[in-house]
Amino acid sequence: MIAEAGLAALWFAAALALLQLFLVGVGSAGGKSELLDAVRPVAVGQGLLASLAFVLLVTLFLRSDMSVLLVASNSHSMKPWLYKFAGTWGNHEGSMLLWVTVMGVAGAAVALFERALRRDAHMATLGAQAAISLGFYAFLLFSSNPFARIASPPTDGQGLNPLLQDPGLAFHPPTLYLGYVGLSVAFSFAVGALLTRQVDAAFARAMRPWVLGAWVLLTLGITAGSYWAYYELGWGGWWFWDPVENASLMPWLAATALLHSVTVLATRDALRAWTVMLAVIAFSMSMVGTFLVRSGILTSVHAFAVDPERGSFILGLLALYIGGALALFGWRIGTVREGAPFELVSRETMLVVNNLLLSVILGLVLIGTLYPLMTEAFGHKVSVGAPYFDRIAGPIALLLLIAMAAGPLTRWRRDQARVVAQRMLVPAIVAAIVAALLGALAWGRIGLLPYFGLVIALAVGFGSLAPLWKRKLRRTPLFTYGMVIAHLGCAVSVAGMACDSAFTVEKLVAVRPGDRIETAGWTLYFQRIMPIAGDNWTALQADIAVNRGGDAVMIHPQSRFFTAPPTSTTEAALLTRWNGQLYVVLGQEADDGRWQMRIWWKPFVTLIWLGGALIALGGLLSLIGHERRGWLHRWRARSAA
Amino acid sequence: MRKWLIWLPLFLFLGFFGLFASGLFKPDDRVIASKLIGQSLPAFTLPAAASDRPALASAQLATGAPRLLNIFASWCVPCAAEAPQLMALKNAGVEIDAIAIRDARPDVDAFLARNGNPYSRIGLDARSGVQIALGSSGVPETFVIDGRGRIAYQHIGDIRSDDVPMLLHRLKEAQ
Repeated sequence: MIAEAGLAALWFAAALALLQLFLVGVGSAGGKSELLDAVRPVAVGQGLLASLAFVLLVTLFLRSDMSVLLVASNSHSMKPWLYKFAGTWGNHEGSMLLWVTVMGVAGAAVALFERALRRDAHMATLGAQAAISLGFYAFLLFSSNPFARIASPPTDGQGLNPLLQDPGLAFHPPTLYLGYVGLSVAFSFAVGALLTRQVDAAFARAMRPWVLGAWVLLTLGITAGSYWAYYELGWGGWWFWDPVENASLMPWLAATALLHSVTVLATRDALRAWTVMLAVIAFSMSMVGTFLVRSGILTSVHAFAVDPERGSFILGLLALYIGGALALFGWRIGTVREGAPFELVSRETMLVVNNLLLSVILGLVLIGTLYPLMTEAFGHKVSVGAPYFDRIAGPIALLLLIAMAAGPLTRWRRDQARVVAQRMLVPAIVAAIVAALLGALAWGRIGLLPYFGLVIALAVGFGSLAPLWKRKLRRTPLFTYGMVIAHLGCAVSVAGMACDSAFTVEKLVAVRPGDRIETAGWTLYFQRIMPIAGDNWTALQADIAVNRGGDAVMIHPQSRFFTAPPTSTTEAALLTRWNGQLYVVLGQEADDGRWQMRIWWKPFVTLIWLGGALIALGGLLSLIGHERRGWLHRWRARSAA
Repeated sequence: MRKWLIWLPLFLFLGFFGLFASGLFKPDDRVIASKLIGQSLPAFTLPAAASDRPALASAQLATGAPRLLNIFASWCVPCAAEAPQLMALKNAGVEIDAIAIRDARPDVDAFLARNGNPYSRIGLDARSGVQIALGSSGVPETFVIDGRGRIAYQHIGDIRSDDVPMLLHRLKEAQ
């Protein structure tokens, strides 16, 4: 019964989305405002029904109801409950249901809480949101029904890909999805603003919290995904430029640009057309990402649900929404008045530079990701690997970092180049000192990109703190702290990346129990190999005592075997110290009883993810800082009434 | 100038759309060609995996006549599905050896009792070491080995009934 109830809830939610679109369309076109009065309750109802369908699917997974096809093919009764729960979205249908659920809830939130927009723009936004949701409802109901039953249920399921059986990955996809869907709301706002010809500061202020929220979640999702890949795949890398990784990076790049231009529009009423364009592009990138992951059009280490039928459905949605929005943009943007003017040396210009650099990186990543597809259309097979992306994205990212330090030190509207240069003096001195020191100590031993990366990262680290200089810290607005922390986070991440690529020491050995290994100042004593058993896996685990001068610490790299489905995974042992991580992977056993072992000492690698967390924290503080005044105001108004 | 610039994103998008559509609807040729094709088998010696079949070593696979090397496991469902096709190949006079991946002898015996035993020799690869050396990434997989012990063809996935003539043809070519 639960599955049937879930399907019914999904159909009703889709019907309400259709009704919502109809009410907005007829109500706005015919000026019948009594129809528009019904839009908000309908949007809330749609969100509730979609949530109900999702909760029912979670219930089916938790109860291991093997008569449901999706559960039987993605779950197993022996799995720990957390992974039964996470298994709900660890597959194509479930993750699409999560997508529409989040969209429905977001639509309900826009209906309930949005106050800054004029009524017609608000209604047009809700109409656009319903139109997007409808496409995804149709996708679920006609091509990927998550509640389908099977005639003869198996006694047990096939299990979840063991790589996904990890607490980090259980929550990484939903975080990214919340981010993607937040961008869909920004897209709806842009469409609503174009339809009602209200591209102005009020529109930007209404859209900004959604962009900020989506951006914070995307940042967290990408950071978590990167750390997961680092410790779970056992290859010691933290970014692979895999099409699926790029699928999450591209919306983030667009959202970062959007975040900055929406701030310009909200505070200075400039960059109107550009902001609308970026809102369209940011959501387009989410959809292109979904398409690339779901269609199997590009081969990737973790593309799943390879299916041309589903691919063509998403491609249809892509054409409808993105093509439609871009056509609407071309048709309407000419009628939008130009915003406020600004001088060449001004914070506006710095933010335009930031936007352009981000867009260039986005374009290059997009080309790199799609290049194999382009050449295949002409009969060649090419794969584009990490070296291309590192080489093209690295230098531009460093330029971006410099702009990032200079931007907050520049005044709105008009400034003097000489004064800005003076404010940049301290970071410049830091850069010179670091460049000289690093050059003297390590010249010729580290690559050019890591060298400049470290120099610029340290200078920008100081530069990003500069806006707090000589200010009364307790009276500084929260969003200024947010900006400072997010910028500092970028510098910290880049420093981590540079240290990792410049100073990592790698060693591959074949050892017997009882052997001792020396590397990068560490001593590893390989004691023994023991079999151990977990909930639904068995493993061979090595006991290794490691020390560097002081007391020994035990670490336990494993090689795990899962029975359902039969797979083996590596569980690397990570030992975190303040100045880096020791990373040990247990490999295969050779015929003569020796074990392959791969050992990395990675100085300051943890800064990469610490920086990511700081960036997200900065975004969160800005969000609270911007919105707190509005919340307080509304709360007071309500308590007074 | 500005006028056409406004429409530029739409045209760019249409270009991407065409690219995606052509990529999606072009016939699928995602066959992964192994780097080992044309090369000799890596050297290995494996213990016997079944109680009534001898063990397997790479030297035994270069005897002048082409043969099949099937990689399977008793816990693998598609392996049971391909068993009748292997039987058909054996009945057509093909010699088939096998490597059982991460398996146990009683399990292999039970699997062969249930699904038939087309194999001459079966080696046990308890920790997938040989499988990885062969460039094989899953079960089942089947290699066509020529008379000099070189890999002539790698078939990924289970053997369907319409693959049987193709495999016979490959074996003939490897003569």
